[in-house]
Amino acid sequence: MPLIAIDGLRKSYGEHEVLKGIDIGVEKGEVIAIIGKSGSGKSTLLRCINGLETINGGSIAVDGAELAADEAHLRALRLKVGMIFQQFNLFPHKTAGQNVMLAQQVVNKTGKAEAEAMARKMLDRVGLGEKFDSYPDQLSGGQQQRVAIARALAMEPMALLCDEITSALDPELVGEVLQVVRGLAAEGMTLLMVTHEMAFARDVCSRVVFMHQGRVHETGRPEEVFANPQTPELQSFLGRSAA
Amino acid sequence: MTQFTLIDILRNLIFATQWTVILSLVSFAGGGLLGLVLLFMRIGKARLLPPVVKLYVEIFQGTPLLMQLFLAFFGLGLFGIDVPPWLAAAVALILWTAAFLAEIWRGCVEAVAKGQWEASASLGMSYLEQMRHVILPQALKVAIPPTVGFSVQVVKGTALTSIIGFTELSKAGTVLTNATFQPFTVYGLVALIYFALCFPLSQAARHLERKMNAAHRH
Ligand SMILES: Nc1ncnc2c1ncn2[C@@H]1O[C@H](COP(=O)(O)OP(=O)(O)OP(=O)(O)O)[C@@H](O)[C@H]1O
Ligand SMILES: [Mg+2]
Repeated sequence: MPLIAIDGLRKSYGEHEVLKGIDIGVEKGEVIAIIGKSGSGKSTLLRCINGLETINGGSIAVDGAELAADEAHLRALRLKVGMIFQQFNLFPHKTAGQNVMLAQQVVNKTGKAEAEAMARKMLDRVGLGEKFDSYPDQLSGGQQQRVAIARALAMEPMALLCDEITSALDPELVGEVLQVVRGLAAEGMTLLMVTHEMAFARDVCSRVVFMHQGRVHETGRPEEVFANPQTPELQSFLGRSAA
Repeated sequence: MTQFTLIDILRNLIFATQWTVILSLVSFAGGGLLGLVLLFMRIGKARLLPPVVKLYVEIFQGTPLLMQLFLAFFGLGLFGIDVPPWLAAAVALILWTAAFLAEIWRGCVEAVAKGQWEASASLGMSYLEQMRHVILPQALKVAIPPTVGFSVQVVKGTALTSIIGFTELSKAGTVLTNATFQPFTVYGLVALIYFALCFPLSQAARHLERKMNAAHRH
């Protein structure tokens, strides 16, 4: 039984069907890179898994529990699956430490001292122990994204969804964030990441999923997929992104 | 006929000013409370409430305050309910203020970035938890300058209640003009007093706004 089981997932916006039957099973500890052209439905897929979008067909189950639209189920799901966004989305009125503490206190009803200890531990883990009292606008983009990772980790999720988490960063800040993700992968965290960092995907991921027009068009181990793409769509996609 | 000195006129006007101030405070506080209720009805998850509030806001923003005062004063009278001017004035101004504040505040809540909703949802927060810990604290900060700014409109709005016979500053001005035949002096003073009430408020609003733009943080 995979940790995340996606079966025949369909999602439409009005008449426009964005996901046309997606089947993916993610085993515990797998690191999966989702690649594909703009508009192929990568973000939508992640947003469905986290319950940010309601689905029109098929099913998503995390750790055996199927996704349902009521608030209690969504909450349970979101405690199992954390999400990191392209735009960081830190809470600007709270310090880095408070950003990491908030959901622990509010959602898990963790005591302040314990939440703070966890926040310090997680900020240390992403290399930002000394930024506990900084506000988001006092941090660089790379630092903000690392706080966002710490914030998700503090909820002790079983898997993390990452949607182009380095795309909004200046090139020189991409490395520090990828370094943190690499560490998570090494520690056995289950990761599902949409990325344009092909070198990173090749290096770190156990599987690559190529999406095209709302379907999983090709999938396989990174060394096969990158060295030997089977479909013309993936060939042209890789050719273009290598160029 | 008694002779009014400038001091007499001023004393009478300042006495009436307290009613303008009280009515403004009552309208603003009552309108603020009702506005808050309307705000939560408008942005809440219950399907039926938002359109009702929307209609309410449209009606109060789309008709002159003067008509609302007339309706509160004369309308209830038709049902045999005798409404004293102060009550009609307070009720109409509270309802009117609530409509505007609810709309101003809704804008502030909607100005909070969509990513804030998504990030807090992805951490497992419920709607109420998101509102309380993430959305409203950010909206509140944005809301302060326009809210203070709107208080100026409330103060000026109270002047209309003179027409239904509530003796606040404007009404006192009219009475004194009839007694002294010095409209320019009397209304000049009336205008000065309004200015003295409103200017600090609009200055405060401007100051708050500048402060917020300078350091849009925390
Ligand atoms: N809220 C929405 N309403 C309507 N259409 C949407 C919405 N969100 C996404 N879409 C459409 O769904 C399709 C897939 O979007 P999605 O964001 O999943 O693509 P993506 O693969 O993540 O692309 P990118 O690489 O640009 O991020 C696009 O055609 C997009 O226009
Ligand atoms: Mg996307």
